Amino acid sequence: MLRFALQRLLSLAISLVVASLVIFFVIEVIPGDPAAYMLGMNAQPETVAALRRELGLDAGQMARYLTWVGGMLVGDFGTSYTYRVPVSDLVLARLGVSLPLTLYALLLSTAIAFPVGLIAAARRGSRLDAGIMGATQLGIAIPNFWFAMLLVLVFAISLQWFSAGGFPGWDRGFWINIKALTLPAVALALPQASILARVMRSAVIETLGQDYIRTARAKGLSQRQSVLRHALRNALIPVLTIIGLQFAFLLAGAIIIENVFFLPGLGRLIFQAITQRDLIVVESVVMLLVFAVILVTFLVDLAYAAADPRLRRRGA
Amino acid sequence: MRRAPLTLWIGAALTGVFALAAVLSLLWTPYDVTAMNIGARLQAPNAQHWFGTDHFGRDVLSMIMVGARISIAVAVVAVGMGMVLGVPLGLLAAANRGGLVDEVIMRGNDLIFAFPALVIAILITAVFGPSAVNAIIAIGIFNTPVFARVARGGALSLWTLDYIRAAEVSGKGKLRISAEHILPNIANLLIVQGTIQFSLGILAEAALSYVGLGAQPPMPSWGRMLAEAQTMISFAPHLAILPGLAIVLTVLGLNLMGDGLRDSLDPKLRRAR
Repeated sequence: MLRFALQRLLSLAISLVVASLVIFFVIEVIPGDPAAYMLGMNAQPETVAALRRELGLDAGQMARYLTWVGGMLVGDFGTSYTYRVPVSDLVLARLGVSLPLTLYALLLSTAIAFPVGLIAAARRGSRLDAGIMGATQLGIAIPNFWFAMLLVLVFAISLQWFSAGGFPGWDRGFWINIKALTLPAVALALPQASILARVMRSAVIETLGQDYIRTARAKGLSQRQSVLRHALRNALIPVLTIIGLQFAFLLAGAIIIENVFFLPGLGRLIFQAITQRDLIVVESVVMLLVFAVILVTFLVDLAYAAADPRLRRRGA
Repeated sequence: MRRAPLTLWIGAALTGVFALAAVLSLLWTPYDVTAMNIGARLQAPNAQHWFGTDHFGRDVLSMIMVGARISIAVAVVAVGMGMVLGVPLGLLAAANRGGLVDEVIMRGNDLIFAFPALVIAILITAVFGPSAVNAIIAIGIFNTPVFARVARGGALSLWTLDYIRAAEVSGKGKLRISAEHILPNIANLLIVQGTIQFSLGILAEAALSYVGLGAQPPMPSWGRMLAEAQTMISFAPHLAILPGLAIVLTVLGLNLMGDGLRDSLDPKLRRAR
């Protein structure tokens, strides 16, 4: 297990280095002179020269890359050129919205998909199963940001149970913020839950066909007992993969859906940064997103190996 | 081949309606989508404007028709790009299975998987500015590892078969075998995956143009129509509901078609679903 973990850790490190090289290349090398690009066409030469000094553009590309990566390792992401504050402060404040939203949605999606997928599998071929499959087929086709708009229309404008948007801030208490994140989280979670429920259903159906389930039934366990005790655990491997993949989707989805609810998260930060050509902010936020995805993939790999010893020997 | 399942027909019909609307929009739309008519703004659906009008008095039905063209064009080109780049890579990896080339291609794949389409679009847009072409490139890059993986997976199982071995023994090169024997035999797999990626492409295009990273004004697109409708949702809900329905029905149609195609093209693939 330790060997496996070290192997995965090495591949995690390599992925991060390559990803950071790609991001650095696209953001800092392709535009030619980032300082001139950030200031636009009408900038004074002196202003450009000043920004060049500030960004350290006089140093070579390799040196700049190393400074950028070295800074990130100790939590220094540079200074935002429009906000004039450290990027790490900006990102931390915005993460306080985007990350809870993503996790809330992941939790909801899993909490809905598990029982629904399990029931569909246990009642395979029934009218209930057909209904669930139809509903999930529809759920997959719905764009989450449009679903979010419909939720606003029904629950904020017509029924007025929730506010249509905004975020009070964590210093105002826990539940008031959870309430503000509920509509966005539901909008994010339902389409993902549809996918997860389908995966859950086919995974359980597949394990139900295995010999050990027949053995379990033969020794006198009921259908219900054999599903809960044996099929569920074995079905978890494919389900876990999808949950890992969904983290990336939900994080990207959170960034989009923040627009619907006017939430001050990473999405608002990055789209503003793009319009204002604040390349340093774009670079750091993109690196952070990619880091999160790579890290979750790594954790899922470890979780597999912990759940299923057979996978450890097979290596990658 | 057994009779095509019902889902295939329903899916094809739904997709066909929007494909027809897209083609028709090249020749004719009920109203000019760039013409503003402030006098007729924000009308609910009525006899003159079946889907109503927006805040500039533009006809929503015409905009949805042109939007269908943009959505479908972006998704088709992005799927094509993913296939053209991904399939040869997957075939190459399978031909050198277990070797260094295979390892490099698969690791490269994993790396691209760490960049969601949205993140690629953000990177490209930050440097080149937003456009429909950037959306195509972002979705295309995102599609590449998917097709590489499907092609490799399909090819790997074929490489163990006797007739492929025979071709190899008789002196055919790996690349020729891949092109002449492997590719035609994984075509079904690729078509089914293509339909799925097509529907994901429509969703991705809508999301990108919704946040302003896709098609730019005055080009109508479903995502941007929704972004504009957002501020008017309390008094003109039809502007938010109709383009969204167009997306849902197109994607649903493509998904049903993909399921149906999988069932009728390759019964072996019919898993416990």
